[in-house]
Amino acid sequence: MSVSQRLVKTFVRWEAVLVVLLVGVFILNTSLSPFFLRRVNLLNATYNFMERAIMALPMMLIIIVGEIDISVAGTIALSSTMMGLAMQAGASIPVMVMVALGTGLLAGMLNAVIVLRFRVPSIAVTIGTMSLYRGIAYVILGNQAITGYPRELAAVGQGVVGNTMFPVPLAIFIVLAVVFGVVLHRSRLGRCFYAIGNNATAARFSGLPVDRYKAALFSLNGLVAGFAAVLLTSRILSTRPNIATAWELEVVTLVVLGGVAITGGKGSIYGVLLSVFTIGYLRFGLSLINVPSQVIGIITGLLLVGAIILPGLFEKLSNRMIIDRQLIPEIDSEATATDA
Amino acid sequence: MEGISNMKHSGFQGTLLHRIIARREITLLVIIVLLVAAVGIRAPRFLQPGRQLSILNDTIILLMLTLGQLAVILTAGIDLSVASNLAFTGMAVAMWNMMMPGVPMIVLVGASILIGASLGAFNGVMVAVGKVPPIIMTLGTMSVYRGMVFLISGGAWVSAHQMSPAFRGFARFSFLGLPSLVWIGVLTTGLVYLFLNHTKGGRELYAVGDNETAAGFVGVSATRAKIKAFVLSGAIAGLTGLLWVSRYASAQNDTAIGFELETVAAAVIGGVSIMGGSGSVPGVVLGAVFLGIVKNALTVIGVSPFWQMAIQGGVILIAIVANTLMDRRNQARLSMNGVSA
Repeated sequence: MSVSQRLVKTFVRWEAVLVVLLVGVFILNTSLSPFFLRRVNLLNATYNFMERAIMALPMMLIIIVGEIDISVAGTIALSSTMMGLAMQAGASIPVMVMVALGTGLLAGMLNAVIVLRFRVPSIAVTIGTMSLYRGIAYVILGNQAITGYPRELAAVGQGVVGNTMFPVPLAIFIVLAVVFGVVLHRSRLGRCFYAIGNNATAARFSGLPVDRYKAALFSLNGLVAGFAAVLLTSRILSTRPNIATAWELEVVTLVVLGGVAITGGKGSIYGVLLSVFTIGYLRFGLSLINVPSQVIGIITGLLLVGAIILPGLFEKLSNRMIIDRQLIPEIDSEATATDA
Repeated sequence: MEGISNMKHSGFQGTLLHRIIARREITLLVIIVLLVAAVGIRAPRFLQPGRQLSILNDTIILLMLTLGQLAVILTAGIDLSVASNLAFTGMAVAMWNMMMPGVPMIVLVGASILIGASLGAFNGVMVAVGKVPPIIMTLGTMSVYRGMVFLISGGAWVSAHQMSPAFRGFARFSFLGLPSLVWIGVLTTGLVYLFLNHTKGGRELYAVGDNETAAGFVGVSATRAKIKAFVLSGAIAGLTGLLWVSRYASAQNDTAIGFELETVAAAVIGGVSIMGGSGSVPGVVLGAVFLGIVKNALTVIGVSPFWQMAIQGGVILIAIVANTLMDRRNQARLSMNGVSA
């Protein structure tokens, strides 16, 4: 590949489209409000979407290995409920956090057991556990809310790092994103995930413990959902059984819009990071001018469908451009061959 | 001949009882009868005809939507946009009726089927031609169609007093002792049954879902089959949209929100394989009736409605695990017969 071909290949990658989208969202938001680009606004806007952003990281791995978890939002509701029960029982903040994490982990492990033990498609299982987990939250809370969380809990979901303006949830997200990125792109384990997603049978025959990896990822997804519940609860300092409603679809949208193939085996952390901030700031900007959430739903829905169609089109386009360029050197080399 | 006689003697197919239990529909029917009896003993008013009719009424719309869902799942797809389609079409025809009360119902019925079918066709074309995975496509249109409800209504409701008497009465008028809603449900069920079991187009849905490549080799177009399934699902969703707003006499932005998962649940409980290629209309009927009875039974025996979601989730999980285990046993029996023959 020549330099120009490589340039074409890089430029028409899906991530490049996302960068353009992100820049477009920034231009849009700046035109809506001149204050948007102030650092404090850019940072504060992230509070609203960091729980979903963090959930997108393990979901990315789950989708790359060719599975899906629709139950994450239900897990968040259940973990937050358990956390509230612990608080009412007089638990300290660390214990409350442990309860939320433990609940999430158990929920993820149950998904893993049913999917892998009975060989049922994860979409069917997690549609069931989605109702089950949120249903348990409803059984416990009914139409009540849990409030009265200690003010100190807010330091996690609403806090800043030290004396800076940097939000704690954003800092946590960045640290987690680096960890997930290194594992996915720089480790043997990450290569295994791609291998499993591309062809689980071949991966199994190559001696990879496919089921063990998948079980670990489902459990991890539950654990991170438990953590997202801690962040969310500490941000809004209350628990209702209907919190995080429909987040499962938003999280899947973030991952797929980031260029991760829903069929598995393909995707990068960079795409997911870009889509997290594109969607996050898009929602923020549209809510600034009071665009109703239903209309934002239309936009994200179309983006999701576009995210599937467009990368394929771009790949075709970029391949064609590379082929077009390859013709020239080929003709040249033929010419030199006949000369000789 | 020798093979056949061997099969007769092989242990698994031995008794009539085994063969009956092997039919998953029969198993489900037995479970439903036991459930009704158990709830009836606990609360005798559950067995009164009035109560049964109200369960039937509540279940019909779920049943109709699940029949559409069946067609899509048969082709190894899924349609998560049915509830949003229902809400949009319901809102559209309700607003039409509000603005022009003189338009006859038959036109509105035709319009609802047409609007629903177009929304379904969009899903189908994008899935079959655009190669968008069905779950992603319908996840997207679920929020797109739901947002469109808001766009046309501006967030306002259409309530009972804004609807014409004919519109409000459409799902309720009584014929031979049963409300029209039930008759429409029965008719739809019959038509879908005929389509899936006795037409070439219907059998092709099974063929494509079972093995798309093989179906292609014998000349079955997967593209056409998938579009057909989504159009059917959309058309039914549109019709139920009209029935829903007529029956509850109100069209809202969050009409039937979350209902798409109930249709998937009813299909899975009815033995439809989420991987495609396997599932039957009788199974779907029983699956929908089972869910309807469970929901009604909870209120009758005085369980808090807040239990409903958790129990539904539990039932879905049990059903899919049971179906998988049953499938595996049938597979094992098939391969045993293969050996003995």
